[in-house]
Amino acid sequence: MACTITLTVNGKAVTREVEERTLLVHFLREHLGLTGTHVGCDTSQCGACVVHVDGRSVKSCTMLAVQAADCAVTTIEGLAPADGTLHPMQEAFREHHGLQCGFCTPGMVMSAVDLVTDNPDPSEAEVREGLEGNICRCTGYHNIVKAVLAGAQAMRSADTEAAAAAE
Amino acid sequence: MYAFEYQRPATLADAVAALTRSEDARPLSGGMTLLPTLKQRLAQPSELVDLSGVPDLQGVREEDGALLIGAFTRHADVAAGETVRRRIPALARLAESIGDRQVRNRGTLGGSIANADPAADYPAAVVALNATVRTDRREIAGDDFFTGLFETALEPGELVVGVRFPVPDAAAYAKFRHPASRYALVGVFVARFGAEVRLAVTGAGPSVFRVPEMETALASDFRPEAIAGITVDADGLNGDIHAAPDYRAHLVTVMARRAVAACG
Repeated sequence: MACTITLTVNGKAVTREVEERTLLVHFLREHLGLTGTHVGCDTSQCGACVVHVDGRSVKSCTMLAVQAADCAVTTIEGLAPADGTLHPMQEAFREHHGLQCGFCTPGMVMSAVDLVTDNPDPSEAEVREGLEGNICRCTGYHNIVKAVLAGAQAMRSADTEAAAAAE
Repeated sequence: MYAFEYQRPATLADAVAALTRSEDARPLSGGMTLLPTLKQRLAQPSELVDLSGVPDLQGVREEDGALLIGAFTRHADVAAGETVRRRIPALARLAESIGDRQVRNRGTLGGSIANADPAADYPAAVVALNATVRTDRREIAGDDFFTGLFETALEPGELVVGVRFPVPDAAAYAKFRHPASRYALVGVFVARFGAEVRLAVTGAGPSVFRVPEMETALASDFRPEAIAGITVDADGLNGDIHAAPDYRAHLVTVMARRAVAACG
């Protein structure tokens, strides 16, 4: 059996035929070729597969593609602006060496952006708590937390500039 | 994952009809337990009935001084909901302590209580707050809903529609978390309604349970000291690599004292 779903992925409308049991992460990676979203575990624990569905971070290995029908999905590929610059959170991870092997990074960045969207000025403890669903096996948490705090500050500044420009 | 059929009905009646039609059909709410189970091929439903499109299961509203929370309300929305935070802040904080951020963004109240995991947080609130579980066909008192390990009073095909939580004068939830899974090794929810006190324990036994001796002591003296000497029997409590039954029994008194202290 298969069914046809339509959803928005990184701003573009996509219609595809999928099996009901296809996980969203496999749909993104294998049907759409968006391999920035990783699969790190088989047990819904590691968070390497985090994407945004209708603006909220979710583990795409624990959601069916059919459940994302009619939703707006953003992956790590859709985070950076089209001009080739990095999103402030990505830039902060680069600047603060918030990665070693980089496997967990897409999920870390997507979780961090969701966290900061809800809580624009998080404390270090709130960042650590907010990243509970993401595992880094290089034990790089220290710099990841630094990166998220810096990324949060950069996102606040970007918002302030955008507001000033709008006035 | 084994193959299955999938549908997303738009009404409660259609959802119940789909679940009643086939005995191997399963409701899909947030999917935070069901999908990992399917990934491990530990279940083989013929059909998943996705409840996300049913408006009757959504939302939080006040009703005769109680809070009615729809079964499909996600943990993140209970945690952040203005009405819940104002009326039963302990319930909002409990929701905020479930799993991780991504689990809270998907998991639902109805899914959690219907699954009746022995270490789930919500059962403690449902029982301690003397809540009523509304289904598509009847109302079930919180005290009667949880019947055992992953067992509830729900009949085959019966769907949780919402939970009605009476608003207490004071309430708090204290849990000792498993450091990796964030599930409760032991969680205690205490609620005071006038002169009556209700106290429910999750994580410690096969199913949520009350501790009448603590409730009586707290009804006459609502202070942590009043229950410091009351312990539960370790016989029949859960034991695993994380905590033996006697350790869980010890944690029940500690968490109960913390919950009472947190009521302020």
